[in-house]
Amino acid sequence: MENNTRRNFIKKLGASVGAASVVGGASILSSCNRVETVTGDTIQLLTSSGELVEVDRSMLKPADLPSLSENQKRGREGIPGKSWVMVIDLSKCRNARECMKSCQNHHQLRPEQHHMNVLQMQDSEHTAPYYMPKNCQHCDNPPCTKVCPVNATFKREDGIVLIDNERCIGCRFCVAACPYSARVFNWFEPKDAEKYEGVTYNIEANVPQKKGTISKCLFSADRLRDEQLPTCVSACPNGVYWFGDRNEDAVTNGTTKETVSFSKLVKDNAAYTLMEELGTKPRVFYLPPKDRAFPFQGEIDDHHA
Amino acid sequence: MKKIESAEESRKLLDKITFDLTRSIVKKDEMTRFWFFILIMFIGVGLWGWIIQIDKGLGVTGMRDYVSWGMYIANFVFFVAVSLIGFLLSSALHLLKIDWAKPVSRVAEQVAIAGVALAGLIIVMDMGRPDRFLNVFLHGRFASPIIWDVTVVTTYLVISVLLFYLPLIPDLALLRDRMGSEVPKWKMKIYTILALGWNGNAKQYKTVYHAMRILMLLIIPVGLSIHTVTSWLFAATLRSGWDTTILGPYFVAGAFVAGSAAVIILMYAYRIRYGLKDYFEDIHFDQMGKLLVFVSLVYLYFNINEFLVPGYKMKSAEGVHLTNLFSGSFSSMFWIVQIVGLVLPIILLLCKYFRKPLPIAIISVFVLVSAWFKRYLIVIPTMEHPFLPVQNVPENFQTYSPTSIEIMITLFSFFAALMIISVLAKLFPVITIWEYAEEKGIDKKYLSETPKN
Repeated sequence: MENNTRRNFIKKLGASVGAASVVGGASILSSCNRVETVTGDTIQLLTSSGELVEVDRSMLKPADLPSLSENQKRGREGIPGKSWVMVIDLSKCRNARECMKSCQNHHQLRPEQHHMNVLQMQDSEHTAPYYMPKNCQHCDNPPCTKVCPVNATFKREDGIVLIDNERCIGCRFCVAACPYSARVFNWFEPKDAEKYEGVTYNIEANVPQKKGTISKCLFSADRLRDEQLPTCVSACPNGVYWFGDRNEDAVTNGTTKETVSFSKLVKDNAAYTLMEELGTKPRVFYLPPKDRAFPFQGEIDDHHA
Repeated sequence: MKKIESAEESRKLLDKITFDLTRSIVKKDEMTRFWFFILIMFIGVGLWGWIIQIDKGLGVTGMRDYVSWGMYIANFVFFVAVSLIGFLLSSALHLLKIDWAKPVSRVAEQVAIAGVALAGLIIVMDMGRPDRFLNVFLHGRFASPIIWDVTVVTTYLVISVLLFYLPLIPDLALLRDRMGSEVPKWKMKIYTILALGWNGNAKQYKTVYHAMRILMLLIIPVGLSIHTVTSWLFAATLRSGWDTTILGPYFVAGAFVAGSAAVIILMYAYRIRYGLKDYFEDIHFDQMGKLLVFVSLVYLYFNINEFLVPGYKMKSAEGVHLTNLFSGSFSSMFWIVQIVGLVLPIILLLCKYFRKPLPIAIISVFVLVSAWFKRYLIVIPTMEHPFLPVQNVPENFQTYSPTSIEIMITLFSFFAALMIISVLAKLFPVITIWEYAEEKGIDKKYLSETPKN
């Protein structure tokens, strides 16, 4: 455990130093291009990936973010022509939890709030335990959006189930309706609330989070808009995640960047969806944990459904 | 129905009835002040708790991401349940021409109004963003059971208020004409305004009868809907324990049990406090006792269906839930509620002795308290056992226990409901005077007379 935190700390430190140097380098480069005087007056900034960086004040210019209404409009519609799917290969997961960490950074979550949660599973008494990353299943027959009284959670054209925390009234009916326990609530003021005060709400990342409203996995819709893979998919060191467009029948592995046919991957590995008997039609597919790359080392938690 | 022929006798009896039934309005002693002081204290403390909750967030409650509905929702279901008695006593039994229920109907309407008003308020107090309450109307999606609930709860509140008010109009005129210096001026003003210029002619009575009949018919589907829709808030989900088809009638039957108990307690309180022994007679308690046995038997039948059938099969997730209720962490609460709140009252109330006022009032207290815990058992155990394991979260996410703020706000709801009932009892007679007088054989023409003195 202690070892783990130390390793994490070193990793985090490395990541931040790396990111800082990249940003720093970039800013030096751009400052060469634009003839601007460096004041020497620096300011600390948080990048979209959650790293704290320092840049010169003269480098600041207002970002051209879409306005709130425009942002919400395109956020509700989705990305045209796409149909996002995720494939999670359970035989590759060794509980590294990089997905969980990067996700919490991206969506400004408290440590106990998980959009992505790696569960230790054992289906029945005499079967082998395994690790199962579990996020919102982005169901095609979503129980949560049906029950929302104010249309604050909804299904987009591209298959993503999104949340509008400017609309949510905090009734938590969606939490009761979701059989996958995928939803988290902001019971208190969200993490770093003061820091993000006044920041324009980005519906596709559901940030800044708001007290008294719901949050959950969004397939990093903001990153998809920028043609990047979701945070968790990119962060995984073990090649667990495949992500892509079902219309193109292609999914890309976040670790190896290999792209394969979605239908073939699903067919060859006998993929399944969680609790398909409920008829929710998830968009997250699981490949069974056979021939596992890493043995299960956890302890099965007794607090089981 | 016997008719009193002598005018003198009629006037004398009417005077006595009016005197007895307005005692609740006139009576003002230390006890009244103390009672209102207690009510205001608890209401104040509860509202303070709510302000803290709004300021800090719903995290001040024991609810977390897994058990995301707690005591507030259980309490909401309880209040909706209790309010349903208004529809049974003042509409269904009236339409069936069951005479003994007449003096009880105003008590039932008091309970209905207080219950449904508080149910609406509790739901707002449970919201994470009560400031956005208007979104329900601005952005309402009719596919959500919450919108159905909001619709029927408000409709039921309106009909209940009307059903309380319409039979009150002749009484208000009576109070306007007969009450003098013993009631403050502002009360007289209220009576005068609310009496709407009633003078007791045949046409006016006809209009009131007609309107009441329409309302009594209207409240039947609305009354059934409020609790059926409330049950659908649960039945519309996939969770074990809620995902059953009998939840609607199960809730309605349970509601009648809780409501009957509440009405009996209130009848007893009025009988003792306002000296209404001759009005809430032993026979009324006896009949209410029989009614309570009947609705409890129906409820028992649904309980057997609800627990025995899935308990026989023990499907995986359902089995975890049932084991938890039968022999797990909720077992003592479960069995106490079933035995003390359902089985024992049925057995006891079958004996005539226990249908006497005091014993039945005591039994009703147990029934009502059990009814509240029954709602707790409907909401919380199901939420504690989702389909997927609860992992990587702090200890307090796994099991639910209410915090002091939650208890404060729940107590607020009880005392606010009692406040509504108390105010209604202090303002208006607790039994419909004109209906009661008519029942005793007094001709309507004496009602609109102004006494000579």
